Amino acid sequence: MTSATIICRCEDVTEDEVRAAIQEGLTSLDEIKRILRCGMGHCQGRTCGRLIAQLIAQETGVPVKAQTWTTFRPPTRPIPMGVLAGPAPEGGEPHA
Amino acid sequence: MRDTAEVVVIGGGVVGCAVAYNLAKLGLTDVVLVEKGYLASGSTGRCGGGIRQQWSTPQNTVMAMASVRLFAGLEQELGYPTEYIQGGYLILAYTEDEVAQYRKNVAMQQGLGLDVRFLSPAEARDVVPCLNIESVLAATYCPTDGKANPFLVTQGYALAAQRLGVEVCRRTTVTGIEVTDGRVQAVITDKGRIATHWVVNAAGGYAAAIAALAGLDIPVVPYRHEILVTEPIEPLFDPLIISFYYGTYIVQTPHGSILMGQGDPDEPPGYNMRSGLPFARSITRKMVRLIPCLKEVKVVRQWAGLYAMTPDAQPILGPVEGLAGYVQAVGFSGHGFMVAPITGQLIAEHIVRGETSLPIAELSLSRFATGEIRREASVV
Repeated sequence: MTSATIICRCEDVTEDEVRAAIQEGLTSLDEIKRILRCGMGHCQGRTCGRLIAQLIAQETGVPVKAQTWTTFRPPTRPIPMGVLAGPAPEGGEPHA
Repeated sequence: MRDTAEVVVIGGGVVGCAVAYNLAKLGLTDVVLVEKGYLASGSTGRCGGGIRQQWSTPQNTVMAMASVRLFAGLEQELGYPTEYIQGGYLILAYTEDEVAQYRKNVAMQQGLGLDVRFLSPAEARDVVPCLNIESVLAATYCPTDGKANPFLVTQGYALAAQRLGVEVCRRTTVTGIEVTDGRVQAVITDKGRIATHWVVNAAGGYAAAIAALAGLDIPVVPYRHEILVTEPIEPLFDPLIISFYYGTYIVQTPHGSILMGQGDPDEPPGYNMRSGLPFARSITRKMVRLIPCLKEVKVVRQWAGLYAMTPDAQPILGPVEGLAGYVQAVGFSGHGFMVAPITGQLIAEHIVRGETSLPIAELSLSRFATGEIRREASVV
């Protein structure tokens, strides 16, 4: 892998950027997610999580199995707001 | 971890990190910051990122105006990006009571020198062209309100503090505070004891639990609020939009994603930070109505965080009588991020100089004993 390899495809984050973040002191998946956005995109880290865990292992010596995974949050797949909202109630919206 | 420090700051959210940085900036670098998770893992990292000056009490308005002046120069001062943007805040009124309250608020705020305007519904739509103004009676708009990235601001403060000599201990849990003869002696953690002269409680949703370790009973109660975020889209609107009537807010980040949040007024207090479908259904229904073109935009994630509420929805700042060395910056009631820069400065001034550049006596714990409280009305 070259250093410009894209690690997080949802948010366009490179291996270089992830390594720099780890060296800055962001030594967990949760911390890297919050600064670089890896895991905040459509896939929620399903693609990049394992790769980043390996980079953390290489940089810090903490094995992948000993690392804490980020929280997977609802929804499992992206859902349009209009679908979540459902149809408008009969007789229109209640209002002031 | 050091076993002695002049100051121990409890809490690695934006307030704790701002306090630690400002202490070091004033020359007090013998500081340890203790955080049980990672930085911004509590309320800070779960907030909407809005920065508002439109408040109903003069105290909150003055604090917020001072904070905005600091936000403007923060990126340069910390040498770290903050994504700070002055996109304004648009507050919508749906009832005559709200209209009356907002007229009073605007008069008070203008008296304090804030650039804030009372708008007709059509004028509100000029600010946000995609807005559905049906049932909107009026709005207030402050163009210098704004937003920033809570993770980046917190990280910027922490890195700048560390460069000045502050020690930041993540994944370290405070288990005790030693007090003898009415004076703080030490902070006990799961990684060891730190003898100290000062302890700053900046523990967000857990502030009351930390205060209890020092034998204090403080009225700070955690309430769950939820947020969801959409996929990024092209820039659609600049201001953060609030409705107190609906208890909601919505904001587009520089990344392009749109955040929207609310709490459930019927939910009892607690530490539950799970997120659920009832919230997602409720807020998407309100927001599709408010901004109809969002209908096709996809929700990618939702989460929850804690509002650390006080009885008057204003923070509790400063020292506590009878407990020398204990200082608190707690109970921000959902607006801690936006006042963190000024809070960090004032708490550091109190510790280093024994006086503050803005008065904080009105925000002391003793206000609840005397019964002289003015509730902040503009809380979402």
